[in-house]
Amino acid sequence: MTKNERMKEQILRTSGVNPLKCMRCGKCSGTCPSYDEMEYHPHQFVYMVETGDIEPLLASKSLYKCLSCFACVDRCPRSVEPAKLVEALRLMVIRQQGANHFKADDIPALVDEEIPQQLLVSALRKYSK
Amino acid sequence: MQRIGVFVCWCGSNIAGTVDVEAVSEALKKEPGVVFSTNYQYMCSQAGQDIIKNAIAEHKLSGIVVCSCSPRMHETTFRKTAAAAGLNPYMVEIANIREQCSWVHKDKLTGTEKAIILGRTAIAKVNLNAPLTPGESPVTKRALVIGGGIAGIQTALDIADAGFEVDIVEKQPTIGGKMAQLDKTFPTLDCAACILTPKMVDVAQHEKIRIFSYSEVESVSGFVGNFTVNIKKKARYVKEDVCTGCGLCTEKCPQKNVPNEFNLGMDNRRAIYIPFAQAVPKVATIDPRYCTMLKTGKCGVCSKVCTAGAIDYKAKDEYIEEKYGAIVVATGYNPISMEKFDEFAYSQSKDVITSLEFERLTNAAGPTAGVLLRPSDHKHPKTIVFVQCVGSRCSGAEKGKEYCSKICCMYTAKHAMLTRDKYPDTDVYVFYIDVRTPGKAFDEFYRRAVEEYGVHYIKGMVGKVSPQGDKLMVQASDLLANKQLHIEADLVVLAAAIEPDASARPLATMLTASMDTNDFFTEAHPKLRPVESPTAGVFLSGTCQGPKDIPETVSQAGAAAAKVIGLLAKDKLTGNPCVAHSNELMCNGCSSCERVCPYGAITYEDKEFRMPDRTTRMRRVAKVNEAVCQGCGACTVACPSGAMDLKGFASAQIMAEVDAICK
Repeated sequence: MTKNERMKEQILRTSGVNPLKCMRCGKCSGTCPSYDEMEYHPHQFVYMVETGDIEPLLASKSLYKCLSCFACVDRCPRSVEPAKLVEALRLMVIRQQGANHFKADDIPALVDEEIPQQLLVSALRKYSK
Repeated sequence: MQRIGVFVCWCGSNIAGTVDVEAVSEALKKEPGVVFSTNYQYMCSQAGQDIIKNAIAEHKLSGIVVCSCSPRMHETTFRKTAAAAGLNPYMVEIANIREQCSWVHKDKLTGTEKAIILGRTAIAKVNLNAPLTPGESPVTKRALVIGGGIAGIQTALDIADAGFEVDIVEKQPTIGGKMAQLDKTFPTLDCAACILTPKMVDVAQHEKIRIFSYSEVESVSGFVGNFTVNIKKKARYVKEDVCTGCGLCTEKCPQKNVPNEFNLGMDNRRAIYIPFAQAVPKVATIDPRYCTMLKTGKCGVCSKVCTAGAIDYKAKDEYIEEKYGAIVVATGYNPISMEKFDEFAYSQSKDVITSLEFERLTNAAGPTAGVLLRPSDHKHPKTIVFVQCVGSRCSGAEKGKEYCSKICCMYTAKHAMLTRDKYPDTDVYVFYIDVRTPGKAFDEFYRRAVEEYGVHYIKGMVGKVSPQGDKLMVQASDLLANKQLHIEADLVVLAAAIEPDASARPLATMLTASMDTNDFFTEAHPKLRPVESPTAGVFLSGTCQGPKDIPETVSQAGAAAAKVIGLLAKDKLTGNPCVAHSNELMCNGCSSCERVCPYGAITYEDKEFRMPDRTTRMRRVAKVNEAVCQGCGACTVACPSGAMDLKGFASAQIMAEVDAICK
């Protein structure tokens, strides 16, 4: 089993999504309000997970452009639930050991009057592993 | 004890090549009940059959076993042979030693051993066989067609042309169905009314056809060849035989604001109305929901203007009971409701319409006299977006249907093409998931829409339609360009999925005809018996069986008619004697058998039984209608007390066979 295949299996397990149900109509991408912000679009998330092309998705900023509005989940005619895939991919990024997406050194540059300190603490806990 | 004769066939070398036929006939001689055993090269030949006939006479045989090919092949042959020699044909058993033995074995020893076992098994069964006589029932030579759309019309015409009487029951005031509402028909683009209305007139004028319009089937009883049907003729408050169809009443009626269902509510009609100009029968009908006279007793304008004196405010529903030999279901379809598809704004904007509404908007007899105008402001739409598969091919979503509605690809191509042809200044977009155009000249038609008429076909789906001012903002994906599109449209047309008419399910219950989970009627065999219901005497025509277009519907309608004619041409129906019967002494009246019977063949009766203490007791016991029973055996399995058994395939016989194999 390749690394991508292992990751695919984990994504399918955490999301509960079966990408094989997709009939490739593109309604998820037709309905997505963040479409133009994304490098990979909702229907591509489904297809790339299906083909095991996971790493580019994990590295893409598209992951954080999803508003979790669930319009794609609501309107998908085949009940594929693309937003749940996005969420599972985000979790996979968070759970990567030693990835250190957020380092203590980054904090001073981010601090301003508006940001509650609590937010920085929780972000550090979440993203620094 | 039976006197059994065994006849082992060589089938040339087909059997004799891998089975020692001599050894088989010798071995089977020793089985209980066997008084004669022989073998011959071709048992099905005249000479072979003579051997059987002579043996029956000479050895006074009470049962025979033929070890030969599959019973599918020659069981009938040997049953006829037995009957000719004076033996009940159901005393014949076939041991299949060809398909199930000689053809599958290579080793002669194994083949011979198995042939002996199979022969022994058949002998064990014959030992328990009893002579059976098939029942006969007469056939009422009249057919009922339920539904007066193109399917029902074609079936009725074909049956009537063969010389049999046909009644059509149609719940609307006119026959014609959905096809009467269409504008043009794909792929040849002939006008629907031009090809349908002559057929409607043919029906009306045919001496063998009666039309019960504005009527519904209330109840059905009986069985194949002998149905009794109760038909409700709804009160139309106009005497059908007196009304001339002049239409004066429909112009003078003061109640003007009744949504016109023929135009799908896009314009209004009066409370007294004739659905459309070519209606058959061309008779006015009063809608009691809107008629002031019927509601308050004050008005009576139609009665005053009617020179024929056809108005009858006191009319009541009438019930007619009629007998039929065959029933054809042709209840048709409807587009599904678009109310739940919020994303397409169907309920929010008048300019989001269904394809059937689009048909009325382009029909010369429609609300706009055939000029394509938006419903909201009656302006000519410059940009039209067609959305395919709305509600079709949905899985797990409670608002859609799982199947492909089959007709949408073609009619959408037709709409797009006709729009571009009539209004070349219009931009037409079609959003598709797949374009499915199998059918004669169908794909060519779709390609013409793209190549000659410049319709923009976009692979993708519309995600959202939002009304903004007098425009409709369409947000959709273009999968091939990997882009999200935003189109400012004037009109959005939804290709809504189709579903069986709501009347189909109650009707199926009345007919004990089976349906699938989508409420389409099930056919007796999906490939080989596509126009018959598993319920004998019930036939299927048109979209009540599954989505289909007009050419397919007409073919199926003709096929259903052919099956009906085949049935009605018989004077008597010979039943299958291998049917269920109930041992009344063992039956406890639990209804298990009735619930599993797919044909509705089992009823219950209260019967008086003498008890050992000389008292009598009423008990509820099962009764099988032998003309309806198809001998499937479901009841024999369901029966907890072992009272149900299948004649010719009794549990005891099957157990004897199993025992013989395991011996």
